[in-house]
Amino acid sequence: MEYLLRMENVSKIYGNGIVANKDVSFSLKEGEIHALVGENGAGKTTLMKILFGMEKPSSGKLYLRDKELDINSSNDAIKHGIGMVHQHFMLLDSFTVAQNITLGIEPANHHFVDENAAVAFTEQLSTQYNFAVDPRAVTGTLPVGIKQKIEILKALARGAKILILDEPTAVLTPQETEQLFEELVKLKKQGYTIVFISHKIKEIKAISDRVTIMRAGCSEGVFNTSEISEQEISNKIVGWKIDTSIHKKEHAFGEARISVTDLSYYGGEKVPILQDINFQVKSGMIMGIAGVQGNGQVELAEILTKSRRVESGSVEINQADIQSMTIKEMREKGFGYIPEDRQRQGVALTAAVNENLISNKYDTEEFCNKGILKKKKISEYARQMIAEYSVKCSGENGRIDGLSGGNMQKVVVARECMEETKVLIAEQPTRGVDIGAAHIIHQNIVKLRDNGCAVLLFSADMAELIKLSDVLAVMYEGRFVAYYENLSDITEEELGLYMLGIKKQDESQIRRMRYE
Amino acid sequence: MRELINIIFTAQFLHSVFRVTTPILFASLGAVIANRAGVANIALEGIMLISAFFGVFGSAATGSALGGFLIALLSGLICSGILALFTLYYRANVILGGIAINSLASGGTVFLLYLFTGDKGSSTSVASKTLPEIAIPVLKDIPFLGDILSGQNIMTYLAFIMILIVAVFLGKTTLGYHIRAVGENLKAAESVGINVKLTQTIALLLSGLLCACGGAFMSMGYLSSFTRDMVSGRGWIAVAAEAIGRSNPIITAGASIAFGFFNAISTAASTVGWASSLVQTIPYVSTLIGLFAFSYKEYLKLKKR
Repeated sequence: MEYLLRMENVSKIYGNGIVANKDVSFSLKEGEIHALVGENGAGKTTLMKILFGMEKPSSGKLYLRDKELDINSSNDAIKHGIGMVHQHFMLLDSFTVAQNITLGIEPANHHFVDENAAVAFTEQLSTQYNFAVDPRAVTGTLPVGIKQKIEILKALARGAKILILDEPTAVLTPQETEQLFEELVKLKKQGYTIVFISHKIKEIKAISDRVTIMRAGCSEGVFNTSEISEQEISNKIVGWKIDTSIHKKEHAFGEARISVTDLSYYGGEKVPILQDINFQVKSGMIMGIAGVQGNGQVELAEILTKSRRVESGSVEINQADIQSMTIKEMREKGFGYIPEDRQRQGVALTAAVNENLISNKYDTEEFCNKGILKKKKISEYARQMIAEYSVKCSGENGRIDGLSGGNMQKVVVARECMEETKVLIAEQPTRGVDIGAAHIIHQNIVKLRDNGCAVLLFSADMAELIKLSDVLAVMYEGRFVAYYENLSDITEEELGLYMLGIKKQDESQIRRMRYE
Repeated sequence: MRELINIIFTAQFLHSVFRVTTPILFASLGAVIANRAGVANIALEGIMLISAFFGVFGSAATGSALGGFLIALLSGLICSGILALFTLYYRANVILGGIAINSLASGGTVFLLYLFTGDKGSSTSVASKTLPEIAIPVLKDIPFLGDILSGQNIMTYLAFIMILIVAVFLGKTTLGYHIRAVGENLKAAESVGINVKLTQTIALLLSGLLCACGGAFMSMGYLSSFTRDMVSGRGWIAVAAEAIGRSNPIITAGASIAFGFFNAISTAASTVGWASSLVQTIPYVSTLIGLFAFSYKEYLKLKKR
């Protein structure tokens, strides 16, 4: 028996005719870390959902230790020792860690949950696998890195021998990622088999033994990781040779477009969420903001976009105080915003692609005549944008929720990055977006910058920040702890130390953000 | 006004507060369980009315109050079972399902009433039984307090005991855990192998049972017969109480008692000669004020951001 698990000629065709997997074969050797890579919509997650019993394959067979497997639900998969950690955590925020880990398998005494036994069980589990978690902590209050550990422990608690991790590093800092990798290697040594879904090629090279590459629902083959180069993986993922380098125009920065002075924010809490925030973003400049999730970045972006109020200090955009303006007035002066949560804030899910493309300019003379929309003009414009950003969709009239995440994000970027855009706030513009789409988004943000737009970029992706930013600041516990005017010799590791609050630059360097 | 205040501080009035709170309390606890499982049960009103009807006719048919009560429970179970079948298994919208049960209840009970008695208004011609009132030893001899707390209908005691039972059920038992898990994050519950539909069905059935208790009390305790539309909005007030209590059984019970209090006031006020049409609005106006105060508090919290 060479393989622990085999999936043979698996296809998945949805009711609406969309082909998610086409004749895919996939195999796992016992005790390996197997990377599954591909762009968004390449069918990685669908394939793993089939393995985990969440989707039924249209055709194809599954074998575990050469015995045919019949999996109809996640419960069946769990019984066969298959566990999955989903990209979006399946945790109950109001429950404690122990309650989450034992959910569905609670130790009970005549139908009453034995809370102490659950805590003891969790403690035993966390020492056994060397994952430090506090069993009594309320899950919702914990950072993502810990939540992920809880998810892994949850799978292990249910007897998983095969662990499927769906994009586990998407939300982690470099240090957290490194720690996760150490833990995964330890699990591997204990005989666990791990499937690692990702589209970060560096990580795949670092951790996996073998790699299966998927593109457009098909498998492009399986390789020993040591025998394939990063460039080769990347080419196979996109299907053609891709150059993701970015060229920025050398120029002097212009006048300040975003000025934040002495901004502090409590938001009803006793501890400040933001404290003494001072910075300026100038015309033609991209300022990157790095930081572990939950250190005030979201609140800062929400203040700048007026969904939270300025408590103290001042925020000026295009030299005008934002408190005296409505969002509409700000937008009329060339303000663009790419929100973090594209499904909730970025698009109107049930509206069409063309409607989403003009939602910030539907009432301009270009698209509207005395209250009546100019349908033709709108369609023309939408088609032009779809071509320019190579948005994959059935047509400009199709609903946007039929698009993959990456293509949806392209629509948001196309809408927000206009010629008139003078200030752009971009939050995680390429989160969960594949290489090809991310490159298009990067190019357009840089194009805006080259044309004199001021860009404030929030990102959890270090490589993206270093690649795009002209200047870079790190946030920790609501303050700036580092500021770089020259990015040429920053390393991700060094940034990580600032992000975790282990290092801090002295005040004089941070004060430079104010008067540059 | 002085007359009214004098009435409020009588044992008789405070006794009535508990009595009036009883049906609202049952229904609002039912709403809590359903909502915790992520199902908005707005059929409380209809289920109460139907079980009020079947309680009366069941007790007449079996010749015992207990028999009537059990048949009322069964009718509540069937109603909520139908609601669960259509909304959870056949995917009808749960609000539409609730509206359907409510309309069916108000028309259907009158239809059946007419069928059995030839009367479209009430069941006074039917020899139905009532659930017993219980005098609590020792307590009943304490002046004032005894007058308030002792001698209540058995259902009133049951309703107040239910607050604790529901709280413990949701907070301590495996099924309670699963109900809360399903309501908070359906996919998370599903991913650990909890049967989501079954859990929601159980929650709806329990919710139906609690409503049935409220309904049975209406026709076999509060009054001793069935009259058309006798629940008259108590189910909706229970929905409001649950919203104010944010699915917490204790706070919801508090809100129910507050509504019961205003309900009792409206009865008291009519006895001192206030215009009855105005007085009857008191419970509803208090519901409105309660909801407004609740949402204003939420609004302030949001505005703080």
